Amino acid sequence: MSRRLRGWVLALGLGGLGALLVAACLDLPDFGGERHPYGDRAVRAALSRHTANVVSSVNFDLRAFDTLGEESILFGAVLGTVVLLRQTRDERQVEPAPARVSPSVRRYALIALPLTLVVGLYVVAHGQLSPGGGFQGGVVAATALHLLYIAVDYRALRRIRPVHLYAVVDAAGEAAFVVVGAAALLGGSAFLANTLLPYGEFNTLASGGTVPLLNAAIGMEVAAAVVVLLAGFLDQAVEIEDGPSAGRPTTGTRE
Amino acid sequence: MMSVLPYLVAAWIFLVGCYGLATSRNLIHAVGCLVVCQSATYVLLLAVGYRDGGTAPVHSDLEPGSRPLVDPVVQALALTDVVVGATVTALLLALVVQVAKRHGTVDPDELSELRG
Repeated sequence: MSRRLRGWVLALGLGGLGALLVAACLDLPDFGGERHPYGDRAVRAALSRHTANVVSSVNFDLRAFDTLGEESILFGAVLGTVVLLRQTRDERQVEPAPARVSPSVRRYALIALPLTLVVGLYVVAHGQLSPGGGFQGGVVAATALHLLYIAVDYRALRRIRPVHLYAVVDAAGEAAFVVVGAAALLGGSAFLANTLLPYGEFNTLASGGTVPLLNAAIGMEVAAAVVVLLAGFLDQAVEIEDGPSAGRPTTGTRE
Repeated sequence: MMSVLPYLVAAWIFLVGCYGLATSRNLIHAVGCLVVCQSATYVLLLAVGYRDGGTAPVHSDLEPGSRPLVDPVVQALALTDVVVGATVTALLLALVVQVAKRHGTVDPDELSELRG
């Protein structure tokens, strides 16, 4: 198909889809309306289970089973990426050379590293109270480790990042979610029902029943998953080279 | 008009993403366009859940029942959406890395022939 013909087909399709979307939008309830039946019920359910952050309550209590699915998508995608980015037979691994980092970058990255790590853990631990949770905090914590790459070089990052260990943690996080869900079965209620633990005092760290536990499991999985994902991409950029023979050293820097 | 404008914005973002996806000459750019398409769903979800004068559905510093809240269900859906979008993007970019290595190009038009 020529580019010109393709442009016409595209214009036709986009025009038709646009018209349908506009028609659908005009039929939707008005923006900012008062009627949110599911929202109202979710807020009531969250308050009755002493979970201050209603979004966390929806994700880890009311819709915990969906979150298990979402977590499995994450797990599957990480697995797929690891397989796609593996070192193939006609490639070889080169040792990244140490790189020079400007002292100010090094200083600020090294100051930011522990701060970022603590913020990440804080966001995971307070998921049931304030905005955040396992997904957000996990990403922040994983980012903290990669500040070492910015501050020092790839070899330093590799030392604190045994990828196979993080892969195990990734799987353990997924398993912990299922185990917490199955524990509710032993207590005589439904899978992933929030009946295992007392709901605790509203707006304290130990409130919300199993929500903090599930948050921690997700935080563990997401942090490990991001580390494994980035390891795959960074290995491609820094360590893995074409051809078995060429003896070209890489710089091991950010390019 | 104002009452449906956010929905129309979502539709527009989606169509812009589709246009970019269809006319893309670079697979990395195409993955970016897919992310634009997906952002339309965030806008749509959050627009559907908005309530006039509503605040975030988080009670850490808010007395329950003191103010109207926006719909937390769609916010949770948007979170799911973000996570799935990020992982799918990573998977697609990994595919692009492999395509670039095997075929030496990231232009989808040059990838028409099958190669072992």
